[in-house]
Amino acid sequence: MIELRDVDLSFGDRAVLRGVSLRLSERRIGVIGANGSGKSSFMRLLNGLVLPNRGTVTVDGLDTGTHGKDVRRKVGFVFQNPDNQIVFPVVEEDLAFGMKNLDLPKDQIAARINEVLARYDMTDLREYPAHLLSGGQKQLLAISGVLVMEPDWLVLDEPTTLLDLRNTRRIARAIDGVNQHVIMATHDLDLIAGFDRVILFDQGKVALDGPPAEVVPAYERMMG
Amino acid sequence: MLDLYSPGTSRLHRARAGWKLLALMAFGTAIFLTDTLWHVLAAGGVVVALFLLSGLTLRQAWAQVRPAIWILAILFVVQGIINSWALGAFVVARFAVLLTAAGLLTLTTRASDMIDAITFGLGFLRPVGVNPAKVGLTFSLALRFIPVLGQITQEVREAQKARGLERSLIAVALPVAIRTIKMADDVADAIDARGYRP
Repeated sequence: MIELRDVDLSFGDRAVLRGVSLRLSERRIGVIGANGSGKSSFMRLLNGLVLPNRGTVTVDGLDTGTHGKDVRRKVGFVFQNPDNQIVFPVVEEDLAFGMKNLDLPKDQIAARINEVLARYDMTDLREYPAHLLSGGQKQLLAISGVLVMEPDWLVLDEPTTLLDLRNTRRIARAIDGVNQHVIMATHDLDLIAGFDRVILFDQGKVALDGPPAEVVPAYERMMG
Repeated sequence: MLDLYSPGTSRLHRARAGWKLLALMAFGTAIFLTDTLWHVLAAGGVVVALFLLSGLTLRQAWAQVRPAIWILAILFVVQGIINSWALGAFVVARFAVLLTAAGLLTLTTRASDMIDAITFGLGFLRPVGVNPAKVGLTFSLALRFIPVLGQITQEVREAQKARGLERSLIAVALPVAIRTIKMADDVADAIDARGYRP
């Protein structure tokens, strides 16, 4: 379980999150809110990429401030722009990067790469230059690069924002099929329609928290 | 567009990255020690032959030199005016052969193998505070992000062109610099998020 207790976060004088307390245990959690509402900062708190100014964030009891490395093994993070997440020039090498950081043996690295490439129909792209992939393929590679590390949680920060409809659907299917707990921030309300829980952020606070059928219409009304 | 690893099964593809790097260093040194044009041209012939033996094409060989063609042209003219046209041709041939040889290494070696070799090769610098793994990752990031920076520059140039500012260096350079710095922040976060231990 991921737990936030009375979390405040600010960058300089600008308060980004105020008094956020949440217990996250559902398999599919959506995070919505207007631009600047604090949802991206909230997502970054979940695996210790940013630390709260006040309060605590724990993952299975591990504090993100004191157990950052252990937390990042448990919580994988997918960024909005895959170009900023793909570190190695070739697909296979990038998939191996996270697993090498975990000191996995070579045969296990190779097996996981084979499995994830086959799962997303990318076996032919194994030795392909990452910069020549399409937007959808890049995002799938970014997600795959996290999944091969076998985290318990998959946190995705607006993973479909830069994609067309076909690739958005492809990513949605991929996310739908993962075994991990998923927390996804998005502006695409269709993506979270079947989720277990949706959290709405407004001006750095949790404005509403509940099932999609309750939260999404409230958000639509709020946005006019 | 930057040409990177070109998959293959040739002897050069299968050779260890460390040996290939050492061979390139020795080749580069030899090219700079000789003062005979025919030696340089012969070395160029060897490099081109290695391209073909590795299953690569002459087009790929040319692609290694093409991006530097204007720099080589300027070098030729400057050397021609200051010294002699023969020396200009010699200097340009030397750089072109070296660029092609370096390209051959990149095309036949996976970045990860090259980085492992660099990391291993720089191990002796650990006692003086150099972290070879960090140097290796720096090389990888450079290879990965050269095309991305090219793409950002292209996007900014097109955006400024639409506003009639394509001739303004500042109008292009400033947004590119800002986007690059922002991207560097995100990349650092992404590396951190994937469990990198410096």
